[in-house]
Parts: sequence; C-alpha cells; structure tokens
Amino acid sequence: MPSVDAKVGPSDTALVSAIRSGDQAAMATLYDRFSSMVYSVALRVLGDTGAAEDVLQDVFMQLWRNPASFDSSRGSLGAWLTVIARNRAIDALRRRKPESDIEDVVVCVAPDLASDADRARAAEKVRSLLGGMPVAQRAALEMAYFEGMTHSEIAAKTGEPLGTIKTRIRSGLTALRKAFQG
Amino acid sequence: MSVHEQYADDLALHALNVLEGDARVSLEKHLETCSACRQELELLRGDTALLALSTTGPKPPQRSRQRLLEAIVKEPRGLGAKPVRSFNWWAAFGWAAAVGMLVVVIQLRRENSTLREGMSELGSMIGKQTIELENARRVADTITASDAMRVELVSVKTPPVPRGKAFYLRNRTSLVFVASNLAPLAPDKIYELWLFPKSGGPPIAAGLFKPDANGSATVVNPPLPAGVEAKAFAVTLEPESGPHDTPRGTAVMASGA
Repeated sequence: MPSVDAKVGPSDTALVSAIRSGDQAAMATLYDRFSSMVYSVALRVLGDTGAAEDVLQDVFMQLWRNPASFDSSRGSLGAWLTVIARNRAIDALRRRKPESDIEDVVVCVAPDLASDADRARAAEKVRSLLGGMPVAQRAALEMAYFEGMTHSEIAAKTGEPLGTIKTRIRSGLTALRKAFQG
Repeated sequence: MSVHEQYADDLALHALNVLEGDARVSLEKHLETCSACRQELELLRGDTALLALSTTGPKPPQRSRQRLLEAIVKEPRGLGAKPVRSFNWWAAFGWAAAVGMLVVVIQLRRENSTLREGMSELGSMIGKQTIELENARRVADTITASDAMRVELVSVKTPPVPRGKAFYLRNRTSLVFVASNLAPLAPDKIYELWLFPKSGGPPIAAGLFKPDANGSATVVNPPLPAGVEAKAFAVTLEPESGPHDTPRGTAVMASGA
C-alpha cells in the first residue's frame, strides 16, 4: 500500500513504486494527478485534441512500461512527465521519430507539483513571470518550447542575430528558476 | 564546479531539445565528461517543465482515461519493459539451462522415436504371427474336429485300406497324425503310433488312439523328446493294457523308410 500524505494522498514515489508491482490503481491515481498537465502541454504544441490524446496515452504508457526510468531523487514526477510530453509532442509536430529516450531525461525542478494547489500556485507564478518578460524574449522562449523551433529558425523568423536568440532563451529559462528559488 | 561558459547557451537549447548539428554533437561529447554541465542541463530541463505550467486548457476527455486503463490491462507490467542493459549472468545461466534442456529433449525425442519404431515392428510381427497362428489353429481344428467329415477317395476297384498321414515339425517337436479306414478295434486292443529316429535308435512311442465309428482317428502333439529327426512313422495294434514302451503287436501301417 503506497504511503499516504494527508494533504495529497499517496506520494508520487510511492505510486511509481506500486506501478513497478503492476498496481493498476496506482496508475489511475497518477493519471488523475498529472493528465491535465500532460494533455494541456501536448494540446498547446499540437493544436489538435486527437493528437494530444495520443501523446497523453504514449507518455503514460511509457511510465507503465518502464517506471524505473523515473528517478524520484532527481526531480518531481510531474515535471518529468511534462518534459516527456512536450518532447513527444514536438516530435509529432515535426513528424519525426522520438529523439530522446525517456531514461535519458533527467529533470531537476524546485517546486513541488504533487497537489492541485501546488500546481496552481506554480502555474500562476510562471504566467506572471512570463507576462513580465520582454515580448521578444517571451516570444523566443515560446517558439522554442511550444513550436520546437531551433535558434536558427527563430533568428530567421524574427530577423535577429543567432547569439541574441540563444541568450534570450537561456536567460528566460534561468529567470524562471530564480523565481522559484527566492 | 561551474558551467563552462562556452556551452551555457547551447545547454539551454539542448534542454529544449532544439539544438542541432555540430553544436549538438560537440555538446554531447562534452557532457560525457563534465558533471557540472550535466547538472546544469538537468536544471534547465526543470525550467522548461515550468513553462508547461503556463498552459491552460481543457482537461483530457474521459475516454482518454478509459483508453489508458484498458491498455494497461492488456499489457501487464513488465511485458513492454525495456531489457536490462547490463549483462545478466542469471539470465545467461537460464538460457544455457534452456539450451541444455532443449538438447536433452531432442535426444529423448530421438530415442523415443527409435523405441516407437521398434514397438511398431514388434506389433507388426505379433500381428503377423497372430494371423499365422489363427490359420494353423483353423487347419488343426478342421483336421482334428470330431465332427469333421473325412472322406478318402480311392480307386473304385480298390477296397478301402487303412491310411495315415503324419505332420511332424522336429524343431517344434510338434506332431499331428490323421488316420482313416481303420478297422474297428477289439475291446482289449488299441492302436499305437511310433516314431522311428533317423539316428537308428529304438522307436519312440508317439501316442495311443482309437478310431471312431467311421474308422478315423487323430493324434495331436503327443509327448516326444525334443529335436528328434524322424526317419519313419508306423502304427501298430497293441494290447490296451500295455506295456506301450516298444512295439510288440501287429503293424497296421508304416511310412516308407
């Protein structure tokens, strides 16, 4: 029986451990916890509900088939799932085979995303930070993240130097991190 | 440890999975040996995960949940899991044992096949001998049955004379003697069959018999010493009270010597 937190129910780690034993109910609990995050990022990238549902299915089946690929000591399960979902969605958008192995994806993230309240607070914080970014920086970040565009493609589209695009993307990501470290 | 500045921007692009070409190859080679840059990459991936939180949209339809739950029921945990990359001695031992068992099974199957063929040949032989035995039994029954019709055909000008036929298999010590046209016996008399050995020894008693009302009689497998090669057979008329160890009475019929 997975360990239970009074606030959020069984921990992600306990649920993943249960999945390793073939616990289908644990899988259902994790789906209920993170499916909205996974689906919304896939839908934002693909703009198609059917394709987003396919990515959603693919991500959770990857977890079911290979739960050992998630290392709870290196970050939260929610963050890991969204990174996997975003990469899969970009692969689908660009009609290419999946480039990264989920075992190779290690995600370190500061905020706890286990409960609905945690996720809501973190989402509000991210939206606020993005809203406060320079438009060009936010655009570069979103083109890279949600459209899978390379810095060369973004530079060609915006007419800005490659180095500028690279720096905007990097500084935009580190700004997000600092917001959650403070 | 600090991140190598020359790779800092590319690390961010790599975290977004949009770094391509030589820059990607170069960075991945560097990551193999630089733990600080690997750690920074993991942190940048976490940063990209935060970007996902900015998305808002509808919840996935209920059918997606049902689809997933049905899929995991059809695919029990472990069947789709990737194989362990490291060499597994236990697995190797298991495979070796399986191969060994396979060899043993193949050998046993061969031996089994040979035994089956042998059994099949024996069965065929037994069947053949059963048929032969049945035929022999029917021949013997026909010859020896008390109700069998026995007819002797002779020249119309020749009066019926006593006749006998002996069927003798030395290697089986089996003797069947059939006689016909025998004269009725006086109450104290009996016919006796004799086997004359080819070796020249004294005749061997081969059975006492009395004819039926038609003058017919049979002797089947009387007690005889094994393997005696016969030179001739003869029938004598003897006192019923004996002795019967050697011919003392009148000769009734005899085969040619």
